[in-house]
Amino acid sequence: MDRNQSHRQVATMKQSLFDQGYLDHEQFNQLEELQDDANPNFVEEVVTLYYRDSARLVHSIEQALEKSPIDFNKLDSYMHQFRGSSSSIGAKKVKAECSLFREYCRAGNGEGCMRTFQQVKKEYTALRKKLETFFQLARQAGPVDRARRPK
Amino acid sequence: MNPGNGRGVVSSVSSRVSRKSSETVPDQFPVGLRVMVVDDDPTCLMILEKMLRTCKYEVKRCSRAEEALSILRGNSNGYDVVISDVHMPDMDGFKLLEQVGLEMDLPVIMMSADDSKSVVMKGVTHGACDYLIKPVRIEALKNIWQHVVRKRKNEWKEVEQQSGSADDGQPKQSEDGDYSSSVNEGSWRNSKRRKDDDEDGEDRDDTSTLKKPRVVWSVELHQQFVGAVNQLGIDKAVPKKILELMNVPGLTRENVASHLQKYRLYLRRLSGVSQHQNNLGSPFMNPQDPGYGPLSTLNGIDLQTLAATGQLPAQSLANLQAAGLGRAAIAPKSRIPIPVVDQRNLFSFENPKLTFGDTQQQPQHLNNGGKQINLLHGIPTNMEPKQLVNLHHQGNSIPAVQSVQSVHNGSYQPQSRVQQPMGNYNPVSHTSPMINFPLSSIYPLPNNPAKGGFPEDVTSEMKGSTPGFVPSYDIFNELNHQQKVHDWELQNVGLTFNATQQANNSIDVVGTSIVGSPHQAFPSSSQGSGLSRNASVVHANNNNNAISMGQHHMSNNNFYHENNPVRVKLETPLFPEQFGQDDLMSALLKQQQGGIVPAENDFDFDGYSIDNIPV
Repeated sequence: MDRNQSHRQVATMKQSLFDQGYLDHEQFNQLEELQDDANPNFVEEVVTLYYRDSARLVHSIEQALEKSPIDFNKLDSYMHQFRGSSSSIGAKKVKAECSLFREYCRAGNGEGCMRTFQQVKKEYTALRKKLETFFQLARQAGPVDRARRPK
Repeated sequence: MNPGNGRGVVSSVSSRVSRKSSETVPDQFPVGLRVMVVDDDPTCLMILEKMLRTCKYEVKRCSRAEEALSILRGNSNGYDVVISDVHMPDMDGFKLLEQVGLEMDLPVIMMSADDSKSVVMKGVTHGACDYLIKPVRIEALKNIWQHVVRKRKNEWKEVEQQSGSADDGQPKQSEDGDYSSSVNEGSWRNSKRRKDDDEDGEDRDDTSTLKKPRVVWSVELHQQFVGAVNQLGIDKAVPKKILELMNVPGLTRENVASHLQKYRLYLRRLSGVSQHQNNLGSPFMNPQDPGYGPLSTLNGIDLQTLAATGQLPAQSLANLQAAGLGRAAIAPKSRIPIPVVDQRNLFSFENPKLTFGDTQQQPQHLNNGGKQINLLHGIPTNMEPKQLVNLHHQGNSIPAVQSVQSVHNGSYQPQSRVQQPMGNYNPVSHTSPMINFPLSSIYPLPNNPAKGGFPEDVTSEMKGSTPGFVPSYDIFNELNHQQKVHDWELQNVGLTFNATQQANNSIDVVGTSIVGSPHQAFPSSSQGSGLSRNASVVHANNNNNAISMGQHHMSNNNFYHENNPVRVKLETPLFPEQFGQDDLMSALLKQQQGGIVPAENDFDFDGYSIDNIPV
């Protein structure tokens, strides 16, 4: 029962993440489907990798924004990467903010970039927190049951 | 998958042992498909790898394009398909795409979060089999095997057609049954062997049989190919004839056809680029000025050597020449920008990338003697001004060339080529006086003639250097830079140069080699000058060489513009070598006026000081 309850909790949280737009359910489900016996914590591993990589990108972007004049090409390139990895884990809101950022970048609008970047960071942090909670729950519930094993 | 042996398929197939897939039954294709995935984003890479493994493919992942290329080169038949991201820090995905397609003839799938039409179109023009939008779904990956099958099927079809196919419907392709067509060597030789051997393995399923041994287009082979194409004339170059000319056992018409396709694509791209820059357009492709005929012979020899040795990128040649001559790099007037860049590529060939295998040779050849480098002097290669300068400094030091190369990683191939030829020639410029002819003076030649000349140059290059000419690589590199177009031109330069040289040295070689390297995009403007250069050179040298110099110019310029396959027709009698100086001079002058610049124009390289090349 506990187990079921835990699982239900996990499922509920996941659904709310989808509903609130933090995560793209299709993409996230794809990741979950990849999880199997060989990689029982695949999703969490990927997300952890994402944190690491995106932290590096965020840092680079911040530095680039501080420079003057701003190198928009570089910024665009960083943000393209950030957006790409965010979308691969299904981080919907983060991805949207990234797209917005790139618009400002292309327009050469430094102010706009900085403002949008704050938004990006905000969403990123929020998502990260939620996911951490989510994975904690999932781990408690038992990863095996959490993921559907396609095999 | 069973190694295939079990099935009675040629056991050699099993040599693929490295592939686990071979363990599985061929019928299980696409299980075990060997995929190489390249992406700088670790998150995406991890997800992709997992997805591909879930599809039961064998996966090798790389986060850097360079790494992927070296792995692929090291194991030419080790992979069936490559998936690459478009935006990567160390190398543009399209560049990788081109190189893989040219070198290994593997299907390449591009992917990116960018779904804009222009980028997707770029993928198409560069020859990608497919374009996936990120985030990639596993469903999209499940079907990638179709590209492998399709490619093989097309190749087989050609083979069949060519051989009057009695095997229609037969698993002829069954050569190896496994998807790795290249059973062991993955070279074209395999295919031949496979065909013989595989007859037994016919029981493999069709899909598996579709795997043909992949032909590896080594530098030498490519040079031969280019030479043949030039000889026939890019417009008339049909796979069948090319195959005949090449006379390479085991090579199939379809191999040639698909390679020709790529080559044409490359040329087209070059011409597109060069057009912007030079306006020469096709003139240089003009074939074959009768006068230059003899050159080709001479050049052919040397160039071939050069070509064979290494794919001395035109630029390198030019640089070398320039160095030898003490001239500044060729400075084609107008178009220089293109060549400059290309040269870099050329030089880069030094990098191990030369997969053609000639790499090693190059250094040797180059070092044949300082002389060789001198040869280059005369040849206006696309070398970038910088490169030329380097050469200068170094003198004949081939190392100079090499150092230049490192500039561009992309162009791995061409560069090696350039170097090699060096060895062969006798530095025309021993005396170097001739090479010093002022580029500027040469440039005056009207583009028209140059145009004509360039094509020839190109061809001449091809001819002579066929062996050493590995345009493909250069092309790609160039394309990236646009300057690539120039490379072609440079190549011609090398060739033409040789023609004149004959008397003195194997400058021919130089000419040829240059041709090979697409990098050499020499601004056609120099064409005019090229001619004149030759003239001056002639005087300086004492002979024939002079003409070649001028010609180089021509070829260089034209070449770029041409883009058209016409250029490839170097075979034209570009090689002015044989002409007497006077003849050459007049021929050159005529060309200028007549607009028919024999391919010899390749020599134009000489005329250009690389420094002038506006990058």
